[in-house]
Amino acid sequence: MNKRTLYCALVVLALLAPLAVYPVFLMKVLCFGLFACAFNLLLGFGGLLSFGHAAFLGTGAYVTGYAMSTWGLTPEIGLLVGTLASAALGLVYGALAVRREGIYFAMVTLALAQLMFFVYLQAPFTGGEDGLQGIPRGQLLGVVDLQSNMAMYYLVLAIFSGGFLLIHRTIHSPFGQVLKAIRDNEARAISLGYQVDRYKLLVFVISAALAGLAGATKTLVFQLASLNDVHWLMSGEVVLMTLVGGMGTFLGPLVGAGVLVSVEHALSSGTLGAYVHVAMGMIFVLCVLLFRRGIVGEFPHLVSKLAKGIRRRLPMR
Amino acid sequence: MTTDYVLEARGLIKAFKGFTAVDNVSLNVRRGDIHALIGPNGAGKTTVFNLLTKFLSPTRGQLLFNGRDITSLSPDRIARIGMVRSFQISAVFPDLSVLENVRVALQRHRGDSFFFWRSETSLASLNGRALELLESVGLAAFAPHRAADLSYGRKRALEIATTLALEPELLLLDEPTQGMGHEDIDAVAELIRSVNRQCTVLMVEHNLKVVADLSDRITVLQRGTVLIEGDYQTVSADPQVRAAYMGVDESEDGQTSGRPAIAAGRMQEIRV
Ligand SMILES: Nc1ncnc2c1ncn2[C@@H]1O[C@H](COP(=O)(O)OP(=O)(O)OP(=O)(O)O)[C@@H](O)[C@H]1O
Ligand SMILES: [Mg+2]
Repeated sequence: MNKRTLYCALVVLALLAPLAVYPVFLMKVLCFGLFACAFNLLLGFGGLLSFGHAAFLGTGAYVTGYAMSTWGLTPEIGLLVGTLASAALGLVYGALAVRREGIYFAMVTLALAQLMFFVYLQAPFTGGEDGLQGIPRGQLLGVVDLQSNMAMYYLVLAIFSGGFLLIHRTIHSPFGQVLKAIRDNEARAISLGYQVDRYKLLVFVISAALAGLAGATKTLVFQLASLNDVHWLMSGEVVLMTLVGGMGTFLGPLVGAGVLVSVEHALSSGTLGAYVHVAMGMIFVLCVLLFRRGIVGEFPHLVSKLAKGIRRRLPMR
Repeated sequence: MTTDYVLEARGLIKAFKGFTAVDNVSLNVRRGDIHALIGPNGAGKTTVFNLLTKFLSPTRGQLLFNGRDITSLSPDRIARIGMVRSFQISAVFPDLSVLENVRVALQRHRGDSFFFWRSETSLASLNGRALELLESVGLAAFAPHRAADLSYGRKRALEIATTLALEPELLLLDEPTQGMGHEDIDAVAELIRSVNRQCTVLMVEHNLKVVADLSDRITVLQRGTVLIEGDYQTVSADPQVRAAYMGVDESEDGQTSGRPAIAAGRMQEIRV
């Protein structure tokens, strides 16, 4: 299938979806989808495994939440403030982390994210264990009342699409070429004269900013910023979403987010709530065993396998 | 005075935990030469390369490039001042296309490598030059292929094309013909010779025929120290070298058109 046709179909689907599905659920999928796409930019295209991305989601969530409730900003400015705060944090954390390789990089990001967790737990303006609640959604550009879930949904969809396009462009840019080269063979990129740490830092900041935007948007949707957003489990969940959906693919992270959010949704409503993490663990194990490339990454291979199978069954000409 | 040498290494020492892989190596690479660095497995050739290009920091010693002290520069900086290396294990970008591999090298000079908002179609203006370079190593027909899908010999050729894209002043090749068949070896040797018209070459090479045919100057490394340095005649006549590398007896000496018999040998077969 043509890629363009696929994306057009998806856009139409997304525009019509809230007529059939509960919009808050869709918004949750889109927020986590953007978070996972941002993470995937770093892991799938930059080759960097961050184990502390919740710090950026949470920073976007808290800063936007605080700004909206205390200063009464309009949502677009609120979102911008949260995104910039995450980008700034990304710049500091990135500068500390990108010099490390592999598992050390993951450990540094985890340690720094835990630091942020305690900051948000202790800081006077974050509401401690309760988090920030009752954050107003406000009026977009002072005109559109976001209290309506439909209006909110289309804003979230626009934000997701914007973030997605930015990631797409980043990967298909002169910068993206160098990034892929570094991921493929870092020593060779250095020997061609590239200052690889700077490229890694830039992709880290872009990823952090978009994760912050996802967190900020989530805050508006749920009118809540809580410690869950900065918890290390959240950092783990985004790894899971990306791997389940297909690392290094464009749509994989969104699909992964859809799967995990659905599972959570299905289980948390009943008495099975306690098993959410067990279920996620099982999904992960299944993915590792069955679809190494993730759902989206595996799809073309399944199709070509099927096609081969069918061709084999056709009589020889 | 300094212009005579592109690269001067003085008293390089590299101590790894417990032992000294490179021990007081001095090396002068004359402008315009093809300079070969030879020696048995484990002699420290790759380590010397890593020191010269700062992929490893020397424990002691000094590096001069065109007379300028470069001992404290980073490896990417070394590449930017005109000293570009290849690797012993072929180093391409496997998930990029053959064309993109070369273009990534061309791209650096343009200063748009941080532009994440610009479309990569803007890089198309480099395609012409990239194809030219691929043509020069006989890979133009493979331009759209994934680099990972090339044969080993072609990967090495691609690596050289990528390196040439930077127009280096000094090219360092770590075993450019390793693992190749006869035809590929001849092609690469020819390529190195033609590259040498534009830049100085320092190469590690095990194939003594290639060394004999190409080198203006040879440095023999053994157990981390320089055994001898000189032109092919001098080096191959040296009794220590002969003792170390030949199972060849003296009577064969000089039998092939003035080229001593070790030219037929391959150094990896000889262990010290
Ligand atoms: N990072 C390292 N740490 C410890 N020892 C090392 C390291 N790198 C190389 N060595 C050792 O230094 C010695 C020289 O290695 P080097 O790779 O430079 O040899 P070489 O001459 O390139 O050999 P070959 O012909 O096999 O490529 C070897 O004994 C090797 O085991
Ligand atoms: Mg070596």
